[in-house]
Amino acid sequence: MKRQTNFFYLLGQGVKSTFKHGFMSFAAVCITVACLVIINSFVLICFNLNEMVEDLQRRAQMIAVVDEIYSEQEAKHLGSQINQIENVHKAEFRSNEESLQNYIRDYEDEASLFEGLASDSMRHQFIITLEDNSLVTQTKAEIEAVEGIVKVEANIGVSNALATLRTVIYIASIGVAAVLLLVSLIIISNTIKLTMMDRKEEIAIMKMVGATNSFIRLPFVVEGFLLGLFAALISFFIEWGLYEVILNAIAKTDLAFLTFVPFKTVFVAVVMSCGFAGFFVGIFGSLMSIRRFLKV
Amino acid sequence: MIDLIDVTKTYETGTHALNGIDMHIDDGEFVFLVGQSGSGKSTIIKLLTAELKPTSGSVLVNGYKLETIKRSRVPYLRRTLGVIFQDFRLIENKTVFENVAFAMRVVGASSREIKKRVPYVLELVGLENKARRYPNELSGGEQQRVAIARALVNNPTMIIADEPTGNLDPARSFEIMLLLEQINALGTTVMVVTHEKGLVDRFTKRVIAIDEGRVVSDGMDGYYSYEEAN
Ligand SMILES: Nc1ncnc2c1ncn2[C@@H]1O[C@H](COP(=O)(O)OP(=O)(O)OP(=O)(O)O)[C@@H](O)[C@H]1O
Ligand SMILES: [Mg+2]
Repeated sequence: MKRQTNFFYLLGQGVKSTFKHGFMSFAAVCITVACLVIINSFVLICFNLNEMVEDLQRRAQMIAVVDEIYSEQEAKHLGSQINQIENVHKAEFRSNEESLQNYIRDYEDEASLFEGLASDSMRHQFIITLEDNSLVTQTKAEIEAVEGIVKVEANIGVSNALATLRTVIYIASIGVAAVLLLVSLIIISNTIKLTMMDRKEEIAIMKMVGATNSFIRLPFVVEGFLLGLFAALISFFIEWGLYEVILNAIAKTDLAFLTFVPFKTVFVAVVMSCGFAGFFVGIFGSLMSIRRFLKV
Repeated sequence: MIDLIDVTKTYETGTHALNGIDMHIDDGEFVFLVGQSGSGKSTIIKLLTAELKPTSGSVLVNGYKLETIKRSRVPYLRRTLGVIFQDFRLIENKTVFENVAFAMRVVGASSREIKKRVPYVLELVGLENKARRYPNELSGGEQQRVAIARALVNNPTMIIADEPTGNLDPARSFEIMLLLEQINALGTTVMVVTHEKGLVDRFTKRVIAIDEGRVVSDGMDGYYSYEEAN
């Protein structure tokens, strides 16, 4: 009972002081919101890039073209050799006849172009998927070395380039997030320092009559927590709105072929990220500013 | 109980404020600590409240060894002391009642205890009718009474006052001293720093005189007894 009375007293002190410095609190929340929105945007970009890379890698495949002098029977036999190459996940045979049908199906509208085209104008092929797409170049060379394979086409380059981009953006995101977290930390810490300056004498008196450090700290931690919480809430909703708007905008452009994850998939991640960052910035921001004051 | 043994204090600036102080004060005593400006009186007070650490020697206050006290123990030492300053140090935007209650709150007292204890202490210092006033609505003497009430409210074993009457006229000063004497009569140890000779000599109390960081006289014979002895 006794502890509770005091806890609510301290809580009240923290809330009061947050509103007393309305403008400064408002400014701190705004800047923190901006930082959190940018950080979360990076998180979402990374998330989507990752999905795209994985999607592309799933679809990535190589086409190995068989020498035209091989008969269908002879060509099929090459399959076992290709399958023996370590990094090959699956090599699927496709005869020249099937290739032509595929071709015609893909270009249905211009079917007239292929009229009279004989199946032997196409060549037998293997559609190859790999275990590890990062070893493309090496595996490609190994397949080319197989007697009877004249050409290997790999369109895995795109997914690899994307994977590299993803790594770069990952690293950049971590850097940007670290800097912005620091910025919000300093902003919140300075806001609380202001309220502390205001109550410097009060703190000195509290110390003189025997208040423990944790008792003196609590209202300021509450204040920092509130600032962080407001910032987290606001930034979450801004992020949500922004995401929907951008997705809608992209859907109307040439980039519509890119697949983005819907917001509800990342909902929990964004809540956690906003919540954690707000919490971290609020609590540590206040603790940072108090430390100096508690000496003596 | 206060026990200082061969205490020295040298500030970072190189000033030797205390040069081997020995002093013993028992529970229940009333002591004046006197000396010229710069003699080291406030430095002694700051050692007693653990605001400063001694450079050497041992400082024992109410059972706490202050030369080695842990930071986390300091609040508990201070709860055994009631400290009063020349400039009152009240919180301007709190009422008299709140200023006193505040001291109880920060050591974890419940609202019920506060409602019982604060009026009692305000009555003791003669301010029962001014509980709802703000500090700037009070005279200097009244403000110092609020500070004394605040120092008393947690029932300390010792009151330490650094020039409590420095900002008051002689009549108000005398009243404050009488109040402190009355508090002492109720069992609280009282230590008062002052350099008002006239005031000290109106009481027959133990007087410890400090000069250049040393105890130069200690007895019941009034303010400047050590000068006469020399
Ligand atoms: N924080 C400090 N840093 C450096 N020197 C200090 C500090 N505080 C006090 N001193 C010096 O220590 C000496 C003793 O100071 P102290 O405040 O204890 O004197 P005092 O007896 O209380 O004087 P007064 O009667 O004027 O209050 C003085 O020479 C003073 O200049
Ligand atoms: Mg002094």
